[in-house]
Amino acid sequence: MTIYKFKTPISEEDVRKLRVGDTIYVSGIMVTARDEAHKRALEYYEEGKKLPVDFEGIALYHCGPIVKKVNDEWVAVAAGPTTSTRMDLFEAEFIEKFKVRIIIGKGGMGEKTTKACERYGAVYCAFVGGAAVLAANAIKRIKGVEWLDLGMPEALWILEVENFGPLIVTIDSHGNNLHQEIMSRVEANKDIIYKKLGLKG
Amino acid sequence: MSLVEKIEDTVVNLLRLAVTKLPKDVKEALEAAYEKENNETAKTQLKAILDNITLAEKTRRPMCQDTGVIIFYVSVGDEFKKIGKLPEIFRNATIRATKEIPLRPNAVHPITQKNSGDNTGRYLPYINWEIIQGDFLEITAFPKGGGSENMSRLGMLKPGEGINGMKKFVVDTVLRAGGQPCPPVILGVGLGGGADIAMKLAKKALLRPITERHPDPEIARLEKELLDAINDSGIGPMGLGGRTTALGVNIEYAHRHPASYPVGVVVQCWAARRASARIYFDGTVEYLTHEVGEG
Repeated sequence: MTIYKFKTPISEEDVRKLRVGDTIYVSGIMVTARDEAHKRALEYYEEGKKLPVDFEGIALYHCGPIVKKVNDEWVAVAAGPTTSTRMDLFEAEFIEKFKVRIIIGKGGMGEKTTKACERYGAVYCAFVGGAAVLAANAIKRIKGVEWLDLGMPEALWILEVENFGPLIVTIDSHGNNLHQEIMSRVEANKDIIYKKLGLKG
Repeated sequence: MSLVEKIEDTVVNLLRLAVTKLPKDVKEALEAAYEKENNETAKTQLKAILDNITLAEKTRRPMCQDTGVIIFYVSVGDEFKKIGKLPEIFRNATIRATKEIPLRPNAVHPITQKNSGDNTGRYLPYINWEIIQGDFLEITAFPKGGGSENMSRLGMLKPGEGINGMKKFVVDTVLRAGGQPCPPVILGVGLGGGADIAMKLAKKALLRPITERHPDPEIARLEKELLDAINDSGIGPMGLGGRTTALGVNIEYAHRHPASYPVGVVVQCWAARRASARIYFDGTVEYLTHEVGEG
């Protein structure tokens, strides 16, 4: 349970040091991407088109922020994480193709993503769901936006962050997945709950 | 100010109050959960939630970026004369609130995937109407996030499975959801009616403060029994383990068809946002969930 502070770009070597339960704070460049942006990025890759953002070594954030324009500049109003399991459809391929090192979201991710983290050297970190104002406070500047045609929540927001966290490493690059560990404990508690309610399994 | 303008302003205020400030019952339940938690990770999660709530109130910013699809519950008195104007007022207030607060534009066309940009669209904002006797209008703004909504379920159980079937369905919904709906959650459960009625009642049950039990003692007992059982799951805040998985279980029921046993479960995240006000025909506004004079 160590605390680390990272500045992007983050190397594979840095990420490999991390273990489930560690806490990290990230400074540097973070880019938001949800369902539609993941889908489009992988389509671009298939078609050999260049992406507007280089994801290598930066932090990828599952987030659809509320932003507003003040004097021609975008400002983050509220920017908490979204449920990451929806991105399980794309993430393993995303990690492989674009070499993203830190994925931030909430609720955890599945087996395929865990394997990709292990194989290509990436971690998944949980930020407190709904803590949108805390998150927005760590965003120093919105550097830019791409694919705004997807709508405000789905666009790629390029954020400059300072000590973004606390982020808890819940999937490390050694095959550990804290969400799955807790869910197996929960599964074991199921019998206790059923018994308490007078139910048969 | 005309009555129409007054109603529009009040609706914008209700949306602002709802997204920036939690009702007292929910906030106190989160504080109590923090106090009784002894798991270290769980404590950090609850601390961040409480800090975030304070910060949102202070800076008047939405506590969560997902300000939901805009839903209103409206009880309108039979003597309230502006009924016909109300849909347009709610629409205009939604557009204004989206810009002024701001709210995240969350209305997406299901075929073209285009976001309307202002939270309005076909059937949105959605209004649940109820006609009552009197000369007033009661409005509840109920913006609810998509992450918890996605964990909601409908079960068309066999009547032979009865109450035990219902309990199992509710518990299984929570266990399957794990950390995804941003626990500690509140569960709205709707029993009976038909498929649509069960889901409607499940969501409506969430309007009741979690400190209030159902007036029917048998239902009240079930609410408590389910809450205790769910908190034995170990899912904990954000699904990272801990003692508090749910803050409350609220059940509503309707009589059912002899062949059906519908059970609706609507999962609500910790950011259980709702704000209500009563508007009289003479223009007097009473805020019901938040202290008067705010907004």
